[in-house]
Amino acid sequence: MDVVIWSRIQFAMTAAYHWLFVPLTLGLALVMAVMETLYVVKKDPFWKKAAQFWIKLFAINFAVGIATGIILEFEFGTNWSNYSWMVGDMFGAPLAIEGILAFFMEATFFAVMFFGWEKVSPKFHLTSTWLTGIGATISAYWILVANGWMQNPVGTTFNPDTVRSEMASAAAFWEVISNPVAVSKFCHAVTSGWVTGGIFVVGVSAWYLLKNRHSEFARKSMLVGAIVGLVGSGAVMLTGDSSGVHAAEFQPMKLAAAEGLQDGGNGAAFTIVPGIKVPKMLSILATHDANGFVPGINDILNGYTDNDGNVVPSVAEKMALGREALDALAVYRGSDEPAVKALAREVIDANVQYIGYGHLSAPEDVIPPVGVVFWSFRFMIGFGMLIALVLLLVLIAVWKDKLGAWKWLLWAAIICIPLAYITGQCGWIVAEVGRQPWTIQGLLPVNVAISSLSAAAVKTTFFVFLAVFALFLAIEIRIMVRAIGKGPEVEPSQNI
Amino acid sequence: MTYEFLQNYWWVLIALLGGLLVALMFVQGANLHLGNRVLSDTQKRIILNSTGRKWELTFTTLVTFGGAFFASFPLFYSTSFGGAYWVWVLLLITFVFQAVSYEFQNKKGNLLGVKGFRIALMVNGFLAPFLVGTAVGTFFTGSDFTVNKIAITDPASPVISTWGNGWHGLEALGQYHAVLLGCTLMFLAAILGALYVLNNVDDDTIHAQMRRTVKMSIGPFLFFFLSWAVILLVSKGYAVDADGLVSLEPFKYWHNLLAMPAVLVMLLAGVVLVLVSLWLGGFSKSRKGIWFAMPGTVLVVMAVFFLAGFNGTAYYPSCTDLQSSLTIRNSSSSHFTLQVMSWVSLLIPFVVAYIAYAWHAMDRKKITPEEIEGQGDKY
Repeated sequence: MDVVIWSRIQFAMTAAYHWLFVPLTLGLALVMAVMETLYVVKKDPFWKKAAQFWIKLFAINFAVGIATGIILEFEFGTNWSNYSWMVGDMFGAPLAIEGILAFFMEATFFAVMFFGWEKVSPKFHLTSTWLTGIGATISAYWILVANGWMQNPVGTTFNPDTVRSEMASAAAFWEVISNPVAVSKFCHAVTSGWVTGGIFVVGVSAWYLLKNRHSEFARKSMLVGAIVGLVGSGAVMLTGDSSGVHAAEFQPMKLAAAEGLQDGGNGAAFTIVPGIKVPKMLSILATHDANGFVPGINDILNGYTDNDGNVVPSVAEKMALGREALDALAVYRGSDEPAVKALAREVIDANVQYIGYGHLSAPEDVIPPVGVVFWSFRFMIGFGMLIALVLLLVLIAVWKDKLGAWKWLLWAAIICIPLAYITGQCGWIVAEVGRQPWTIQGLLPVNVAISSLSAAAVKTTFFVFLAVFALFLAIEIRIMVRAIGKGPEVEPSQNI
Repeated sequence: MTYEFLQNYWWVLIALLGGLLVALMFVQGANLHLGNRVLSDTQKRIILNSTGRKWELTFTTLVTFGGAFFASFPLFYSTSFGGAYWVWVLLLITFVFQAVSYEFQNKKGNLLGVKGFRIALMVNGFLAPFLVGTAVGTFFTGSDFTVNKIAITDPASPVISTWGNGWHGLEALGQYHAVLLGCTLMFLAAILGALYVLNNVDDDTIHAQMRRTVKMSIGPFLFFFLSWAVILLVSKGYAVDADGLVSLEPFKYWHNLLAMPAVLVMLLAGVVLVLVSLWLGGFSKSRKGIWFAMPGTVLVVMAVFFLAGFNGTAYYPSCTDLQSSLTIRNSSSSHFTLQVMSWVSLLIPFVVAYIAYAWHAMDRKKITPEEIEGQGDKY
């Protein structure tokens, strides 16, 4: 395999691994902040102990999240050299803002939250707990601004003098940070974290109930967990809908792959699983119009007319235009003649929106792995709905005092914990594998985004990271399981 | 604000972040004592908990330093990270282990045992300052790379920044001048760590050990630093003219020092502060050495960055192709992006203020053996 594949595998592994820890961070942060608020408002020490227990689990999880976050940051440079130059101007600002606004907030107030129970006032401590979670959430926003831009590169123009996409005005910056793809991705990802955190708290509490341990703690935690999880589920569904609309608008190939739609059309049906279709549903979801046109893979390859009457060229035509732009760029950079440069500049500006296509070698390159995207999409939706249903039933059971009677529900809640992780991973597979072959949609395919390294070098670091990740995951799970097994009693001096 | 002003402003901020990062490496230096045979296990845990409340700050500063460099000078990020691959990957791995070692080491079921994680922290304690120092050392020695933006139009080899050799950064270990700076930083971190623990912890045995560390490190630290500095001032440097053309100029960094008296003053002031801290830590009863050592370190590191980048100097020179060298002018983000980031940077004092406030609240009580053996959260 070549360096492009190894670089992709390494980055995919790091990102997927990072996302094992982030959703629980986002979700538990909210749960523990709510609990500590109850403690400060009601002055009931029960909630302090409850919050302290979840904070303990939060801390175990937080460490690996931090460790893997820095790997992603470094890999942008180490493995995606061209990418980091070409997007540096756009990516840089959100990343710097993330560093200044979010990272220090998280790091500082995490330490106060963790060590400060006896050192600062309850209100200062509560503020710190909230700020830890808010810091993590702000951090998610800025990194998803960067990711959203890679899905839908708005607000920048290509500058042939520097050979990169640049922001030029306040309006452009606003376009970047209010990119609809970024906003809905942020909401979708953060609230999916609430679902993960919610079902984690509910599942762990269910285990205590099954073991007849810490019953009061478990019931009350379940209530908080189920509410946080359900609010998250609702928001995930709403933002999932807007994600679908955005995919249809900005990344039709991703939607076609997610639907396994070879040939599109008006009033397209939604495939639940192969063989079971809901008529017109895909058009409704994608265009909010029962007769809206949804292009399939072949339509995109061969060109089509979209719902606004615009003619979308075939991929072969886009490749030719992109190649023209690249050739003109070579002329532009190679010449000192103002007249030649001006002419080349015109060609570049006219075709720059297809410049990435100029790097492709065949039209079929634009098709992502359909099977992977198709099934990930279905698992994401299926498991997501199942989790929402379980959370709803838990809430009813708490309310009707049926938790003791509905043992199957407790088991279901426990099973839903790994399902929540699978759901999150599937979501990212749809978003990122569905974007292939693009690093930046339409502008930069993966094979041009890389660093000039040998495949062997990247392969080596891949296996090193794989070993490190496997080790950390094994440790994390063991420590987490022991901490849960020990339970939420007052912790006398045991080393954490 | 002009483009040039913003580029300079961001170079100052990068220098400041670099200075803070090195100063905060007291965490790395102090962790070297986890292998100290004189200290009892409780005493080691005191040190561990003392650095354990600050390590996130060092780590976050590293992340922000990287992020800010990416944001303001992306061509450096794409050239150096993708080129000097192994140096950055090694640095990364030591920090990745550090990030989990505090949380995991005293937990049951951690697979590697207390010892394994302490070794990881000590490896980070040695390697992090050494690698950062050696990497910054190449700002003066030059590296083996070319930058060719037209490459992007060539489907066969589209990468703009390419490294000239298969060592991908490890060759810096063979450049003695860069290695001297790496060794300087290693001993500096050990000194900073000792001075920090001396100040942050109440325990007589630990105090004696820290003063001993300071005394023992003074010699090697001064030797490495002075030899690096002398060689720097007499060697050729990478000068850039008004048209962006790079050439080798004898005594370039010495000229820079004379051309920028403010930098000379910074450098001398920083050195004096560090020397005062060495005296306080090694030869007096004072525990306040760290308050001199950290600002001193920040000043010296900033002066070093200014020597590397200002006064028409290429801060990341290529010895393979002089014209590929990176300068503040040719490697930065666009005018507008630097402007946006500059507005955001106005929040930095606010960030510093809340960090100082939070730590003031947390550090009112010094860490004692009673606290480590008592109840409450700790590492």
